Amino acid sequence: MHPAFSVILFTVISGAGYGLFILLAAFHLAGIGPAMSHGELIAHGVAALGLITVGLMLSTGHLANKKNAWRSFMRFKTSWLSREAVFAVLFYPFAAIYGLGVLLQGSEIGPLAAVAGAIAAVLALVTLFSTGMIYGCLKTIRQWNTALTPANYILLGVATGSVAFAAIASLFGNATPMHAGVAIALLLIAGILKGIYYFWISRVTGPTINTATTFNRATVRLLDTGHTAGTFLTDEFGYDPSKNTTDTLKMGVFLLAFGTPILVFAAILSGVPAIVAWLGLVAALTGVVMERWLFFAEAKHVVRLYHGAQHT
Amino acid sequence: MRLGLVIDMDTCVGCHACAVACKQWNTSGTTGPLSDYRPYGEDPSGVWFNRIRHYEVGDYPDNKTVNIPMSCMHCEHADCVNVCPTGASYKRPEDGIVLVDQDKCMGCNYCAWACPYGARELDREDGVMKKCTLCVDRIYDETLPPEERQPACVITCPAHARFFGDFDDTSSEVSRLVRERGGVKQMPELGYKPVNTYLPPRVTRPIPTDDVRANTLISSVKDWVNKMVAR
Repeated sequence: MHPAFSVILFTVISGAGYGLFILLAAFHLAGIGPAMSHGELIAHGVAALGLITVGLMLSTGHLANKKNAWRSFMRFKTSWLSREAVFAVLFYPFAAIYGLGVLLQGSEIGPLAAVAGAIAAVLALVTLFSTGMIYGCLKTIRQWNTALTPANYILLGVATGSVAFAAIASLFGNATPMHAGVAIALLLIAGILKGIYYFWISRVTGPTINTATTFNRATVRLLDTGHTAGTFLTDEFGYDPSKNTTDTLKMGVFLLAFGTPILVFAAILSGVPAIVAWLGLVAALTGVVMERWLFFAEAKHVVRLYHGAQHT
Repeated sequence: MRLGLVIDMDTCVGCHACAVACKQWNTSGTTGPLSDYRPYGEDPSGVWFNRIRHYEVGDYPDNKTVNIPMSCMHCEHADCVNVCPTGASYKRPEDGIVLVDQDKCMGCNYCAWACPYGARELDREDGVMKKCTLCVDRIYDETLPPEERQPACVITCPAHARFFGDFDDTSSEVSRLVRERGGVKQMPELGYKPVNTYLPPRVTRPIPTDDVRANTLISSVKDWVNKMVAR
């Protein structure tokens, strides 16, 4: 699949934003970790909403006909893309009530704001799941059509969010071993899952050029695609990175998205100043951008079979 | 009704006439124009509803060239319709034709991702998704003589390799052909239940080759010279 940078940046940035919001709600409302000052709560909230909003605006970048974007709320019943749009927008009023509660009442918010915050956190999680299902539900792309896809979107969102949470907390001198521990745990789980995913997609399954052309008892080779220049199909689905590129990037993913931040938090736990969490955040976001690029670049649509690929 | 096409891979000669006729009719039809990009440039491209690809099936000497024209299969389980977030893509309940409402499409490409047959192409000029309409603006046009109320690709095919009809009607020509010739579907394992059906090449009597003259000294020299001398 052609990796569209607007979609890559949208999923990475808003994913981190939703993750940050989920952690903020968990720490603040469920009382995990230390008490947060008024200023710190506002900083977390503004950062989360900022990331989510910037990401959502970027997501419209790949639309060819933006004036109809509002119609994407219409098919909630069948389309995961529609569900994502609805949940993403539904998140805002609940987040706003929670945010207003924090602004007016400080860290000791009333029950209404607390319930709204909890609902917003659940909606953030559901939005992440819907984003994953947009790709996970496609039977045409075997690398995406797996439960690992939504799990990956949720875990990477929450993991990058936990890194951002620890980084922002360090600005207020409030970063505790709890922050570092949660981040390490989430990064570890996300990293292991990504490893399983890469192993899983390396095993070839699904349709072949034989089932695509209906000739199941003979070898089939493409003689001619019937066009001299690229088409919409070759532009959109023909992207073919070299194995060298994908292998190098995979090393980058494990090094930057998981390895570096885990080491950074291990260092923080052993006494290094907590402010270095920002280094971990930069590494994690860079690594996840590489991960998202690979997610698209390595996805082989079945239409490629008609253009000569023997399997996907 | 379940309208669709039957395509005979035995008689299709791969001339692309169906694709040209399709483009000609539909560029001024309900979903037209079918925009062209750089039509007189080095790498001309554009929107087509019908594309023909050419394959070699089997290994020499038991090989065969097969031409496979492909357009929308008007699937019974059309995922392109399910994934569409705007409701622009729809499947008509009365005849099963899958269409795109150009006024509602936001050009997100998601339906093209969900289609395994490459039937949908984004028109970059108009910013909306376009696809085969099964010539819906032709097959119901009562101002046309009855024999012309067929998709443009079917009427134009010089090899008579394309047939249009109702698959729900067991006595229709398409149903009969599928029954008699053992019609097959592309990628049935994905579960889209495409309506368009392909007729496999007929099994023909092998052409005897034992009477072909064996190599002589002169023919061997000729072969060698032909291999060595570049045109």
